[in-house]
Amino acid sequence: MKLRILFLAALILFLLLLPFFGGKYLLYMAIHICLLSVFALGFNLLLGYTGLLSFGQAGFFAVGAYASAKILLVTPSLLLGTIVGTLAGGIAALILGFLCIRHTRIYFSMLTLSFGMMIYSLAWKWREVTGGDDGLVGIPRAPLQIPGILHLDMSSMGHYYYFVLVISIIAIFVLYRIVHSPLGLTLKGIRDSENRVAFAGISIRNYRLLAFTIAGFYAGLAGSFLPPLENTVTPPIAHWTHSAEPVMVTLLGGIHTFSGPIVGSVLFYLIKDIIVRYTQYWLIWFGSIVVLLVLVFRGGIVIFFTEKIWPWLIRK
Amino acid sequence: MYLWLLAAGLTLVFGVLGVLNFAHGSFFMLGAYAAFTFYEKLGINFFLSIFLSLVSVGIIGVIFERFFLRKIYDIDLPYQLILTFGFILIFDDLVKMIWGGVAMIPPMPSFLEGNFSILGRPYPFYNLFIIFAGLAVAIVLWLLLEKTWWGRMIRASASDREMASAIGINIPVLFTTVFIFAAMLAALGGALGTPVRVVAPGIGTAMIIQAFVITVIGGLGNLKGAFVGALIVGILTSYGILLFPIFELFIIFVVMVIVLLVKPEGLFGK
Repeated sequence: MKLRILFLAALILFLLLLPFFGGKYLLYMAIHICLLSVFALGFNLLLGYTGLLSFGQAGFFAVGAYASAKILLVTPSLLLGTIVGTLAGGIAALILGFLCIRHTRIYFSMLTLSFGMMIYSLAWKWREVTGGDDGLVGIPRAPLQIPGILHLDMSSMGHYYYFVLVISIIAIFVLYRIVHSPLGLTLKGIRDSENRVAFAGISIRNYRLLAFTIAGFYAGLAGSFLPPLENTVTPPIAHWTHSAEPVMVTLLGGIHTFSGPIVGSVLFYLIKDIIVRYTQYWLIWFGSIVVLLVLVFRGGIVIFFTEKIWPWLIRK
Repeated sequence: MYLWLLAAGLTLVFGVLGVLNFAHGSFFMLGAYAAFTFYEKLGINFFLSIFLSLVSVGIIGVIFERFFLRKIYDIDLPYQLILTFGFILIFDDLVKMIWGGVAMIPPMPSFLEGNFSILGRPYPFYNLFIIFAGLAVAIVLWLLLEKTWWGRMIRASASDREMASAIGINIPVLFTTVFIFAAMLAALGGALGTPVRVVAPGIGTAMIIQAFVITVIGGLGNLKGAFVGALIVGILTSYGILLFPIFELFIIFVVMVIVLLVKPEGLFGK
């Protein structure tokens, strides 16, 4: 336990010091890792804790991204953009989740897939609002300001990195509390034995909807990180292939551990960065890694490490 | 109609093997590329190149089923989906490596060129050819499943795998043959589609989604449903683009959601 806190403290210190020795590219990557971690953690509340595989999370991600982009184009306030983006993702999930949670297993996946693709087709075709396939461009990386209290310029990558990092850590901490609360236990119970939980007098639907909505909030938050970083949003972020990203990194890290999605996100960008140096066809290798993962160690990297490597190291 | 060919294979694999194969669209893409190469690059006869593309995709299908898919029949749904998704990534990049990332427009075979007219409006001759090819496949499929020994074995193992195996059906071999057959159907769709569509690396992921919509509308694992579903989606996309150009893609997903909510087993499900 002590070791774990020490490790966490060291990790956070490392992340805080990153801008002092890392270049712009490294920070850019780090922001993307934070973004994907938040996205995948929310997703894993559904998959790992509630047992629902959603293939439409990119839709909520896009809702968050477009909402925050719209806000930033009107009023340059970073915090407002992030808040509205998060809320938009969560509310969209609440509304659509009402329909999605009527099914489980493959039908749930298909429903979320089709809602995600609906959002994609709107982003693509509804030119007046979303800018069509050009997307929304020229989104400013607005300063973080609370009138009279705070004004932080965000134009440097380092500052924006701190903003994303702090919000992500808060979000991760909140989710950690959620999964270790009675709510988290109930969700796990639903995953393992739906009937027993129902017999205990708990409304399964409400809990599933709650999990779906929380996942939507996290997807929206992750989405709202994107426009200030890239200065544009385009429809492909809502496409179903983007929904597969949190699925992959979560499975890569391991679905039955809290840290799995985070580890998976880090590995995703690490693997990408290493392979891209040698070949532009990095997806072949990444695809092969995914295939190997499913065939050989299905528990994910984190379990592989804690159950195989770590005991082995201790024995040595 | 190539939607029907694609969806038929997808629904067959789901019905018999119990796996929802994301990579099925990739077989469509590979079929298109292979036919394009044989026909345009190597100058082989149109029908022969279609046949050759079926054979090559069939071989890929064998490898895919034997070495990978077979290992995941009994595991959880997310892992099945993600394994087949991994193959989409692999196939997409392979195609880019071999043929480059540029979209190509293959030429039409000259004997299928030209138009004919119905009620004074011209229709390309090739569309008629594809419609007949699709109908022919539908009839052949029906005959195969209903009238042959192989079809009976498929139906038996689709309804009860253990029982079928107990009465002496060699399930692994049967599964492999079904999978090859399905992969070839997808490749046929791709190959037939080449003269009227572009051949580009992304077509696999675009097609598989439409195939999902079709199979869901018709009922997962239901061939008759897939045929009707393909008609519905085909009509919706072609008329949708005239009536509500903004919501053309949107509307087919609306249909899919309605079917899922009202009758998740599909229009033709039991």
